[in-house]
Amino acid sequence: MSHEKLTRMANQIASFFATQPGSDQAQRVAEHLKDFWGPEMRDELKAHAAADDSDLSPLVRDAILLI
Amino acid sequence: MKDFVIPDDRDMGTPAKVGAAVTLSVDGFDVTVPEGTSVMRAAAEIGLKIPKLCATDSVDAFGSCRLCVVEIEGRRGTPASCTTPVMEGMVVRTQSSKVKKIRNGVMELYISDHPLDCLTCAANGDCELQDMAGAVGLRDVRYIAPQAGGLANHFEPRSGAEANPEWMAKDESNPYFTYDPAKCIVCSRCVRACEEVQGTFALTIEGRGFDSRVSAGGPLDDFLGSDCVSCGACVQACPTGTLQEKSVIELGTPERSVITTCAYCGVGCSFKAEMNGDELVRMVPYKHGEANRGHSCVKGRFAYGYATHQDRILKPMIRDSIDQPWKEVSWEEAIGFAAARMRGLQEKYGRKSIGVITSSRCTNEETYLVQKLARGVFMNNNTDTCARVCHSPTGYGLGQTFGTSAGTQNFDSVQYTDVAVIIGANPTDGHPVFASRLKKRLRQGAKLIVIDPRRTDIVRSAHIEASYHLPLRPGTNVAVVSALAHVIVDEALFDETFIRERCDWDEFTEYAEFIKDVRHSPEMTEILTGVPAEDLRKAARLYATGGNGSIYYGLGVTEHSQGSTTVMAIANLAMLTGNLGREGVGVNPLRGQNNVQGACDMGSFPHELPGYRHVKGEEVRSIFEDLWGVKIDPEPGLRIPNMLDAAVGGSFKGLYCQGEDILQSDPDTHHVAAGLAAMECVIVHDLFLNETANYAHVFLPGSTFLEKNGTFTNAERRINRVRKVMQPKNGYEDWEVTQLLAKAMGADWQYTHPTQIMDEIAATTPGFANVNYAMLEERGSVQWPCNDAAPEGSPIMHVDGFVRGKGRFIVTEYIATDERTGPRFPLLLTTGRILSQYNVGAQTRRTENTVWHAEDVLEVHPHDAEVRGIKEGDWVKLASRAGETSLRATLTDRVVPGVVYTTFHHPDTQANVITTDFSDWATNCPEYKVTAVQVGLSNGPTEWQREYNEQAQQSRRILPAAE
Repeated sequence: MSHEKLTRMANQIASFFATQPGSDQAQRVAEHLKDFWGPEMRDELKAHAAADDSDLSPLVRDAILLI
Repeated sequence: MKDFVIPDDRDMGTPAKVGAAVTLSVDGFDVTVPEGTSVMRAAAEIGLKIPKLCATDSVDAFGSCRLCVVEIEGRRGTPASCTTPVMEGMVVRTQSSKVKKIRNGVMELYISDHPLDCLTCAANGDCELQDMAGAVGLRDVRYIAPQAGGLANHFEPRSGAEANPEWMAKDESNPYFTYDPAKCIVCSRCVRACEEVQGTFALTIEGRGFDSRVSAGGPLDDFLGSDCVSCGACVQACPTGTLQEKSVIELGTPERSVITTCAYCGVGCSFKAEMNGDELVRMVPYKHGEANRGHSCVKGRFAYGYATHQDRILKPMIRDSIDQPWKEVSWEEAIGFAAARMRGLQEKYGRKSIGVITSSRCTNEETYLVQKLARGVFMNNNTDTCARVCHSPTGYGLGQTFGTSAGTQNFDSVQYTDVAVIIGANPTDGHPVFASRLKKRLRQGAKLIVIDPRRTDIVRSAHIEASYHLPLRPGTNVAVVSALAHVIVDEALFDETFIRERCDWDEFTEYAEFIKDVRHSPEMTEILTGVPAEDLRKAARLYATGGNGSIYYGLGVTEHSQGSTTVMAIANLAMLTGNLGREGVGVNPLRGQNNVQGACDMGSFPHELPGYRHVKGEEVRSIFEDLWGVKIDPEPGLRIPNMLDAAVGGSFKGLYCQGEDILQSDPDTHHVAAGLAAMECVIVHDLFLNETANYAHVFLPGSTFLEKNGTFTNAERRINRVRKVMQPKNGYEDWEVTQLLAKAMGADWQYTHPTQIMDEIAATTPGFANVNYAMLEERGSVQWPCNDAAPEGSPIMHVDGFVRGKGRFIVTEYIATDERTGPRFPLLLTTGRILSQYNVGAQTRRTENTVWHAEDVLEVHPHDAEVRGIKEGDWVKLASRAGETSLRATLTDRVVPGVVYTTFHHPDTQANVITTDFSDWATNCPEYKVTAVQVGLSNGPTEWQREYNEQAQQSRRILPAAE
């Protein structure tokens, strides 16, 4: 899948959880990714983040550490 | 095949009532009925049929024919039994010499102005006038018109040498039924059905006395040119052959009937399929069907001709590559070819390189098997359904807030609503039978709020008008719904008792804090939503304080980048106002296709096993693992957009697609086509060579809903039986085809009837635990959950508390979609559907429904049209960053300036070449409803449309069968 698409989808998920109260937003982004994305998509996202995470929102970066 | 035993299909004369018990005596028999019941109905309850013509139990009594007169002890005269309510202790005589004489006289007059061509009349044997002539013992008609002109009747074309000025020709303009004024007895049942049942008010009685005629629209209109929506209610109500189905005229009177369920929208109407042998003569709405209560729309009632259309493919076909013509082969060869290819792909590219798309048009049993094929035979979770692209945000949003992925009410609930809110749905076009039931309630005084970018028909039509229409800018749903909640919290209109009892109070206070912020106020959001603040405030007050408030929503809510957030915002509104857990309230997603609910229930989604249980749960997996004897992958599989992305990326290679046309229905056609083209084995299992089949290697012919047994689950969670009324023309029911494929790939499936599949569903899925075919035979239908906790099923959910325990308020911040207008694409396109067509049109385009809608057109506001030099009917090019297409424009102020609208029923237009790959944040449901576009004049179809058609033509070539 194209990185732009993967990044956009991940950032979109984070944009929702960023608005939620509490301090576990990164955890919740990670849970969402684990529940709805297949492992291949998660691995692709991780690989992309390892190479260059500048286009990922901070919450996605935090969440990646949890998946 | 087992025919359903029709419980009690008699016409009781007048509608049922609810009230205190009243006991009376009819012809010496005591009967107890609810207060307000007519004497006619009371008599019918004990099997006494009082002769009648103008009365029928679908409409209120009218008292015009005087055939139903009776004598009542202590009362003067002979009152009409249809308009006389019962009284305690009343003593009624339905057969006295006095009333018999009156009835005979009435019938004599009726028959004197009616042609006596009974033997050749299409209604012969199915005519109440004929029955009543017999019932009253009419043996002679003394009134004969003078031969020498001045002929006073309506039925003879000529009077001697002169034309009869009273005679009117048959109106055959409607494709499905005829109106023959010569046979009309002016009982006005059709007029009343159009008003009371359908709510369109297209018919009227024109003229007075002997000149009275049924008329559709004005003097110059025929049925087709009038407001008539061809729902068939008038035809159903007509006691004679005046309004008659053309199919009955052609094929004769049906001799048997089978109860089944419509295969169009999510209302899931019950029908009687009326048959001669294995030939379908007509579909008649079933009065005991609990979703539709005897009503229908033009699609379910009439548009079934696709089932026998010449385009239907009945033989399996294969080809090595998509540039080759199709080759017709035996089932054995096709299944063997498909199985070998799919297994080969797995060997070459890995276990996860193939997947399935289940169908929301197929039965629960068929869907269950297709997802079982993925999980238990392909050994992966690559299963998805078209609900992905329509209501997946409903599943997520309602699951998060209430704990269950379904609507909260039954359709009957609308009878008790005081304020209905419709958000992003167009029920008169998309869910017409529900719309008729809602309109009936609105005419009784309930209020209506419509939130939609377009002024849909429900906003204002005959005898109904929305109190508030909030024409929001596409993409601002969350801002509007949050603003409604802001007003409710800010003005303290919320139901504190309900919230304290049913919801998590801490989450509520957090939410209240959030929503009270001035940025959510209607005054602040007006600039982005375009909704006048004052209207929005009034609408919020009305919903919060107007009594039972119900919300009905559609794809205008879900198909956005914030679709799931809007669903949660809607749930918040209902919880705030305590509008849950009883009749007349609730949150009701209007499902697009017949079995969207069922497809979701059956575990079609890649992350969920049947019953909405995540695949990560070991105890859930073990239920299926033990039964199926396989190991289930604990990780979610690919969703439809992910499959296509992976196909383009080269890791997804094979697809079994049952009963869906993803090339036409999914967004960003270029991307879908690229994905399909990159696959090495696409198996399309469908009735027709649909657009997706242009890219298929195997075509497995499907069976129609008339040719198979199973169940559909409608938008109110109602499990309804689908019954086989004829043998599958393709040879197999669809579940059998899936089983053949599974067996060819090594599975040991031994189903011999769908009832066994339902038993397996019940054994594994708690909400279906007590569902089985024997129970459905007995009860007709049941709403899940149906288990030991709710043995009678669950018409209304969350009655004593939410499924998840405490209702959960969720903060819903508005985040604008990335899809924005700009100098290149200054307009917003939103898409939808029309009454006469259904989804991609594969079925309805192959019926005479095309007389109402032969092509997709683009609705443009006159202002936007003028600055572009566009006139009514001009060809225009519609372009977005994803692609471009051409279609004709129509100028209307239904849309506001800046917004254009079209439907996606026709592959010639391919509206989805315009839509983009943006999607809902939680579920990847595509953002069909917002696309930035430009519109300009054009000369006709675009280059792409011409190329597309050429490719489609090439791809549909079929080699002559080998000898």
